[in-house]
Amino acid sequence: MQGFLDAFFNVEILAEAWPILLAGLLQTLLLSALVVPLGLIGGLILALLSTAKTRWIRWPLMAWVDTFRALPPLVLLIFIYAGLPFAGFEVSAFTAVAIGFFLNTGAYYGEVMRAGIESVPAGQMEAARSLGLSRAKAMRLVVLPQAFRNVLPDLISNTLEVVKLTSIAAVVALPELLFQARQAQSVTYNATPIVAAAIAYFILLWPLVRLLSTLENRKIARG
Amino acid sequence: MTGWEKFADSFFNARVAMEYAPKILEGLGLTIVLAACIIAAGLVAGLVLAVIRAMGVRPLNWLIIFVVDLFRALPPLVIIVLLFFGLPAAGLSLSGFAAAWLALSLVLMAFAEEIFWAGISAVPRGQWEASRSLGVPFLVTFVLVILPQAIRMVIPPLVNRTIAITKGTALASVVAVPEILGAAQAGVSFSFNPTPLTLGAIAYLLLFLPVVIFGRWVETRFAWKR
Repeated sequence: MQGFLDAFFNVEILAEAWPILLAGLLQTLLLSALVVPLGLIGGLILALLSTAKTRWIRWPLMAWVDTFRALPPLVLLIFIYAGLPFAGFEVSAFTAVAIGFFLNTGAYYGEVMRAGIESVPAGQMEAARSLGLSRAKAMRLVVLPQAFRNVLPDLISNTLEVVKLTSIAAVVALPELLFQARQAQSVTYNATPIVAAAIAYFILLWPLVRLLSTLENRKIARG
Repeated sequence: MTGWEKFADSFFNARVAMEYAPKILEGLGLTIVLAACIIAAGLVAGLVLAVIRAMGVRPLNWLIIFVVDLFRALPPLVIIVLLFFGLPAAGLSLSGFAAAWLALSLVLMAFAEEIFWAGISAVPRGQWEASRSLGVPFLVTFVLVILPQAIRMVIPPLVNRTIAITKGTALASVVAVPEILGAAQAGVSFSFNPTPLTLGAIAYLLLFLPVVIFGRWVETRFAWKR
């Protein structure tokens, strides 16, 4: 038992690794604060474009979304980070992560928001238009607020996935929580930093998971 | 060389492609095997947990809810790293393949349990009461009346979640499993040319595009009746 505690819950090691882990946690929060809005903007653009009537916009759009939903995010990230320099673009780890997340999470948010817009009855748009609102204004003031509310659980669920996904930035040596924990572990030869990182992720994201469970259960109860 | 020729030589280099295509193909096979193992273990474990939860034993349910929350909150890569680099400290060494399989199976188990449970609780009470009043025993009612309706209801979210988690097989490259991404990265560092990465991306698209499109179809085919 003592051996187990020493290997996974070692207080001395934790005291030593604490500053490194904290820096990583801050980087993870910063990264999330960047990529979540980036994905939301990308998704909103895709969702708005998908309301176009002509198939010359809708079909290429669907191909775009499906491509970035089919490529694992890590593959996309490695391609950008390790591939683009060969094409003459040097990208920093941070830029690579930003581009990769914009493409990947944008596609996912786009799907969610498209479903949201489609869930608003067509009569809402027609009524707003017949009251003299422009198409853009009707979309912004009438359709989008209802759309967001209808798919709020899915938006939260997607956001949870995005925050979890920031851990793959460790692979391109961006010093976020998981990367810092790995560094600390390889210096101390002790698993405690990784356990601490896992606990930090859990404390950070558990409230979101609970909230989602409650929202989902309410949806079922309403039938 | 013009810009375009240089670009083509980097990303679509026929010589490099010929050389590394067999490795990527092996990686594709490994990705499929890993994915199949994850899907089998994750879905079965998730269903078992949901069924146990339906029995309604309080302390047991709290434990299940905690485990499910845990694996929904932790990033898959963190679990893989913990299993692969952490467990040896407890005298338990897992191979990269085993670590990736176990980690992603646990994640799929957690999400599948939530989804199955949602389906089970969405079946109207009257179905239980009708079946029980006909003299059908509890377990038989559960297996023959409740589960079929529950599972049919949750097929769309289940399929989409399974696809999303299966794409996590690419994370196994971090613990040196030579699946598609691992093989492609090795190819890039041997050839100093990103063509293997292009091949890898194409392999993933070949594998997952049909799956994503299938997911879309399932969503419309089995849509929730509102």
